[in-house]
Amino acid sequence: MELFRNTNIDFLGKKWYFLGFSLIFSIAGILSMAFWHGIPLGVDFRGGTLVYVKFTQNPNPDDIRATLDKSGLKNARIQRYGVPANNEVLISLELKETSEQALDKGKNDIIKALETEAPAGKQDLNNTGLSSLTQYLLSKDPLRAGTDADKRYAAVAQAIVTFRDKDRGGAIASLDELRGKTEPAVLTALQQDFYLSGFAVRNVEIVGPQVGKQLQKQAVLATLYSLAGMLVYLWFRFEWIYGAGAVVACFHDTLITVGAFSLLNKEITLTVIAAILTLVGYSMNDTIVIYDRIRENVKLLRRERLPDIVNKSINQTLSRTILTSGLTFLTVLSLYLFGGDVLHGFSFALVVGILIGTYSSIAVAAPMVVAYQEWRAARSGRGPVVVASENARREKVRAKA
Amino acid sequence: MQKNLAVKAIFIIAVMLVFLFGIFGVPKTYSGPGLATAVQERIHLGLDLKGGTHLILQVMVNDAVNADSDHAIERLKEEMRARNISYNDISKPDPAAQPDHIQIKGVPPESSGDLRGVVQDRLPEYDLVSGAENSWTLSMKPGQLTELKNRAVSQAIETIRNRIDQLGVSEPVIQEHGLGEHQILVQLPGVDDPARVKEIMQSTAMLEIRQSFGGPYASEQEALQANNGVLPPDTVLLKGKSIGARSGDLAPTDQYFLVSRSSAVTGRDLRTAEPSRDENGRPDVRFLLTGEGGRRFANFTGAHVGDYLAVVLDNKVQEVARIESQIHDEGRITGAFTEQQAKDLGMILRSGALPASIRYLEERTVGPSLGLDSIRHGVMAAIIGMGAVMIFMLVYYRGAGINADLALFMNLLILVGFLGFSGATLTLPGIAGVILTIGMGVDSNVLIFERIREELRNGKTPPSAVDQGFGRAWLTIIDTHVTTIVSAFILFIFGTGPVRGFAVTLTFGLLANLFTAVFVSRVIFDWVLGRHQRGEALSI
Repeated sequence: MELFRNTNIDFLGKKWYFLGFSLIFSIAGILSMAFWHGIPLGVDFRGGTLVYVKFTQNPNPDDIRATLDKSGLKNARIQRYGVPANNEVLISLELKETSEQALDKGKNDIIKALETEAPAGKQDLNNTGLSSLTQYLLSKDPLRAGTDADKRYAAVAQAIVTFRDKDRGGAIASLDELRGKTEPAVLTALQQDFYLSGFAVRNVEIVGPQVGKQLQKQAVLATLYSLAGMLVYLWFRFEWIYGAGAVVACFHDTLITVGAFSLLNKEITLTVIAAILTLVGYSMNDTIVIYDRIRENVKLLRRERLPDIVNKSINQTLSRTILTSGLTFLTVLSLYLFGGDVLHGFSFALVVGILIGTYSSIAVAAPMVVAYQEWRAARSGRGPVVVASENARREKVRAKA
Repeated sequence: MQKNLAVKAIFIIAVMLVFLFGIFGVPKTYSGPGLATAVQERIHLGLDLKGGTHLILQVMVNDAVNADSDHAIERLKEEMRARNISYNDISKPDPAAQPDHIQIKGVPPESSGDLRGVVQDRLPEYDLVSGAENSWTLSMKPGQLTELKNRAVSQAIETIRNRIDQLGVSEPVIQEHGLGEHQILVQLPGVDDPARVKEIMQSTAMLEIRQSFGGPYASEQEALQANNGVLPPDTVLLKGKSIGARSGDLAPTDQYFLVSRSSAVTGRDLRTAEPSRDENGRPDVRFLLTGEGGRRFANFTGAHVGDYLAVVLDNKVQEVARIESQIHDEGRITGAFTEQQAKDLGMILRSGALPASIRYLEERTVGPSLGLDSIRHGVMAAIIGMGAVMIFMLVYYRGAGINADLALFMNLLILVGFLGFSGATLTLPGIAGVILTIGMGVDSNVLIFERIREELRNGKTPPSAVDQGFGRAWLTIIDTHVTTIVSAFILFIFGTGPVRGFAVTLTFGLLANLFTAVFVSRVIFDWVLGRHQRGEALSI
């Protein structure tokens, strides 16, 4: 089987369409960043408190808001999270309610507020950790365990917690479900001192202001160093204009990807930055493959005009470009569709970035090199110098000698 | 040629066996569950996959500097008294921002030489600078200051490790974090309820026994009035809880006690501390002092029979007692403790004091149920992604597709085996890195195959087309791998936890890909070509 055999598409002839397309998306992104959603920063960068809560029954966000309002958490944001069947809700608090003096206050307030129906003196089994449960069993001693009490109750507590977390996804609906999973004496004790709140905290992220600022700085530095590293490598391998072209293409990809996050108001987290940095490398890949071919063809086809050589090179590598991008896209798409909610932002960045990265290698990086050479030719009135690195240097050396 | 091929094949099989060992080790049984446990033992999962708590702590290193400069002030006063140098005031103008700056006011000009001598002899770690109106400023030498701060961080790490070890958390990570920000990263796998652990880690547990001069007073004003408006020299007012509240009978109210500035013994002189019960059966903590500490304590109590002493924990008075007779090496701390609190306090005291207070900057808890979901989703995405790529390669390149799929499979095997060998942790973004490696790894094969097809179209024979294909694609493959590894490397330097896991799997996936997509694929091609009849077409 073979696709794209002997294609002969005049890519450079369409450069104005490409320019238009890129401008529309870049400007839409920039406008959204400047006037609409801004750059929506995730909790890693802006700081704040996120509590992911799983309910045993379908939760009503309005009820949750009312409950939180009553206990003074007026600015909490409540969102449904993941597929509806999971009954999950994400409750977030702003940074100003997250101080480093009492970092987990917001989290504790949320849990306290949600435990509305707590019978007096009873603990919530769905939100009791393994160690607290073990401690409880040790002090209550329902099995009259002798010397090996420590070990025995640790095992009993572990079994209960494992059942709750692995079999029931974090929250048990009724204590009767434990019948047969643990010893009757333990169950009786639990029924005396515990109740079930109907929700469980699945995941907590609390980031104080200092860490937020630190991570912002790190993300910016990492992106800059990454681009600089690429530039150095390209400068080493090609003439500078090729490096510049590749970096502009990468910048273009980053801008449009971040713009997509802004337009859709999706939050940029640490993992999204990781995805973007990977894209910088990936987009560079495609660009280098095309440049490599241009360099090879420049040596082979000395008579032809540069635009023709570039067109030919893009067409020759088109099959490879589309195939590998397509295959990488396949894996990334599978990550986006099946990888779960935790990686949603990450895989979204990759899905957008791989499409844009492939496009930019053909539509931005290569035409830029041609445009520069033509501009230079027009300015100096000489024919364009079309040779990449090695030849160019050799010629320079010869000229000096 | 064929012999050469056999050597290469044996080499490939040997490499595969080595990495299979990396994945499984030597399993006890070769049944399915036996292999599964073997894998679980070798591959370390990150917190986001197995559940647990991730904390970043700030060590307030200025506390340690303040303690040091407080001590320096004491020594300075002592020495100046001994050498008859008069002064109006010695104080720290800005303990919060410049904890190492000490100002001495009103030193007569004729004593300045003596003062220099004092600083040189007794406080060599400080610089002395003269200021306006006979004032002098001491500040710690920059090298000493940095060292003091770093020492505070490493001591804090040591103390926290002692405490966590006693809590029985398995495989905790406790290490310095950030670049010179005096932060500590603590990862506690399996801890989904961090409140108690956090409290235990945060307790500075500065135990001191000081002399008590008066109290309790209801407020600071009352304490001042009782002492004619001025605190006696070398004393401070410290807060404590009312005695009734400590035995649990009355609501607690804050009270103030007048105690000496210096302490007779501190937590450093402790030999052990154990939970126990007082004469009324209430939980308390008993401690024993070391030989040296015991001697000092005996001297102190011997000289102060009839006076009062205060047990001070983290600058709060816990107990005041009259010294009835000389005490040698034991004491107790009471308070309205529950049994658990008494146990924890004993443990904290045994583990030593923190040199400075700590603050929590970041807290992330992943419940085990979420971790399990993440693993399930990640593995599913990997299998579907890999399946799709493999099927496509088979359809598109037919015979050569088998070659690519085999290379891809080996690539994955080496990557996972590497994780087993290196002890690197596999995080959720790490799984994403594995998936991305599949997509990017197959890129090398596509590059080579497309080149071979091109050469075949140009009329080359299969062996020379294969040769040219590999030769020409090699440079491009190096280029593409280098760029991706550069970004991954930078991610590794700047990233934390999960993101680092991504950088690690991506980098090693691509390195392994150089071996599988180029070397292994080539050997397979050569083998296929060796069995070919002359002139037979290559399935690609």
